Amino acid sequence: MSSETKQILTTDGIPLEVSLKKAERKNKIKAFLLVAPLLFFLIITYVFPIGDMLFRSVDDKMVTQMLPKTFKAMENWDGQELPDEEVFAAFHEDFIKLVEDKREGKLSTQLNYTKNGFKSIIKKLRRKSKSFEEGNYKEQIMSVHKRWADVEYWRAIKRRAPEFTSQKYLKGMDMYVNEEGKIVSVEEDRRIHRVLWLRTLEIAFFVTVFCFLMAYPIAHLLATLPMKYSNLLMICVLLPFWTSLLVRTASWMILLQQQGIVNDFFVGIGLVADDNRPEMMYNKTGSYVAMTQILLPFMVLPLYSVMKTISPSLMRAGKSLGGTPFVAFWKVYFPLTIPGIGAGCLLVFILAIGYYITPALVGGASGTLISNQIAFHMKSTLDWSFASAMGLMLLSGVLVIYWLYNKLVGIDNIKLG
Amino acid sequence: MALPKYTEPHYRIWHYIYLTICGAVFFFLIAPLFVIFPLSFNAEEFLSFSDGMKRLDPDAFSLRWYKDMIYGTKNPWGLAAKNSFIIAIFATIGSVVLGTVAALGLSSRHMPYKGLIMAVLISPMIVPLIISGVAIFFFMAKAGLAATHTGIVLAHIILGTPFVVITVTATLSGFDHSVTRAAASLGSDPVNTFMKITLPLILPGVISGGLFAFVTSFDEVVVVLFLAGLENTTIPIQMWTGLREQLSPTILAVATCLIILSTLILVTAELLRRRSERLRGINQ
Repeated sequence: MSSETKQILTTDGIPLEVSLKKAERKNKIKAFLLVAPLLFFLIITYVFPIGDMLFRSVDDKMVTQMLPKTFKAMENWDGQELPDEEVFAAFHEDFIKLVEDKREGKLSTQLNYTKNGFKSIIKKLRRKSKSFEEGNYKEQIMSVHKRWADVEYWRAIKRRAPEFTSQKYLKGMDMYVNEEGKIVSVEEDRRIHRVLWLRTLEIAFFVTVFCFLMAYPIAHLLATLPMKYSNLLMICVLLPFWTSLLVRTASWMILLQQQGIVNDFFVGIGLVADDNRPEMMYNKTGSYVAMTQILLPFMVLPLYSVMKTISPSLMRAGKSLGGTPFVAFWKVYFPLTIPGIGAGCLLVFILAIGYYITPALVGGASGTLISNQIAFHMKSTLDWSFASAMGLMLLSGVLVIYWLYNKLVGIDNIKLG
Repeated sequence: MALPKYTEPHYRIWHYIYLTICGAVFFFLIAPLFVIFPLSFNAEEFLSFSDGMKRLDPDAFSLRWYKDMIYGTKNPWGLAAKNSFIIAIFATIGSVVLGTVAALGLSSRHMPYKGLIMAVLISPMIVPLIISGVAIFFFMAKAGLAATHTGIVLAHIILGTPFVVITVTATLSGFDHSVTRAAASLGSDPVNTFMKITLPLILPGVISGGLFAFVTSFDEVVVVLFLAGLENTTIPIQMWTGLREQLSPTILAVATCLIILSTLILVTAELLRRRSERLRGINQ
């Protein structure tokens, strides 16, 4: 800008540009201050704890801290032959300290995760170590059990030296680091987690498809009927939407049980014999049926809100230009509903992939999802770091879909009710 | 939806097939809820219709399970209901206050990093509940709030705010900001303007967000399962334990009460939505 241009001044004598920028900044700060309480509340109580999960899932300090001297002594050990006396002596020293603190049990559990067989030999070592004499610990420890003389077990201990580990993530995909330090899969019949991941994807996918197939016609009907009828029918969609998840699951438990109404009906119309009633609950069927009904409103509502905006004259125009009703529907109406389809499908898929309550109640063993496994490790095995790792693997999948949803639909466009 | 007279027969057939499919889907959606209703009046201890009920014999129906729900010995429903209401009410208040204030900031056109912040604020709704449960449990355990009402209320505020943020931002999107400027030019301070001008206009959105937050808290079980001790049991927890261990008709009595409650909430939400649409219609 040339220097001759006269700057416009406000009445205070400050250049207008500066004054405007100042006002703009003030407004920005004002807007931010309004959002700040909730934002910081969520960051502290929600975002950080999720970060904490990440930390827990890779944290492996426990053994590192239990055997500090051993790992120090092991630094120079190449792992080929049995370690030297120095390592054994350090291990003995660490071990005596653990026994004093009554923590050797924890050590054995931890080491057993790395290699089976540590539990019994650590118990034995604790008993025998009381009568150990000073010096030559290598001989004495090796004489406790032949596994203590096996280099494999010492390598297993050394593998626990690092403070961080990807072990839990590998376990979540049924893989582990073998003796040579390579990542390999567990045996075919023990791949429980892969089965669960695939089943979760499968159930989420098919529930989404079923929901779409059922929601499309009724959303269309709701959008095209005159207001007074459609409002009445809308209740059929909204009442389940507002009703407790547990109530809806309970009603499916009553309907699907072996002496339940659905089975009664099948027997009544002669589809199945009375003494051969099919098991419709506590398996995949239960999960499919209940989840489809429960998630259906989440598909109907976005479809409805998109279909509502499509003018009926478009279909009429399509027909008047010579298209059959089917052609008019397929070429004109359907493409216009694609944003609604995208929103509904992504929403249902996201919700289905993390489902917990319904599969736990009606899914039995073959209908449970990855969430149930996470809850199991949180509550039963107390392997919280594994639960965290699985949770974050699931979360990363969901975040990808969330990102996609945001790109396609925009989160500000989420509509409720 | 009547068909025009000139419709060809095979389209007519298609139309009836379409209506049948729609009817079946509506039935699939709503029928399961109505199974609970009659069964909760069952005089017997079974969860299927007895022969007496099929004959509509009045003796086959009773209020036995409702009495059990209210007066039953060592029944947990009283405590659970009290806890549920206390927790839900406080969680709703917290969510509404935090969410509404945040929505006001978010809908200002001066808001920096709007997309990113919105994504963070909505995330508790998108992240699978089980993961939220684990994360919130870790936090509450560290803060010493596990197995306390405060902890559960805070957890439900986290889960409830996204709904308030969404509904209030949606209401504010149709809001005519010149009215607040008019108020300011007439000498009203921002707080006064908010209370006298903005709040009454966005109230339907705020209340419907509050209803969502209330229902979310009242119906929430996954996170509470991690957080609650015996003292903090809620209705969903009792339902969950009941459904897992043994399905007793008392649960159906409770479920019936819950369906009635959700019907009331639905009616309120619908009335509010219509009112809000009408108000926005006037603004246009």
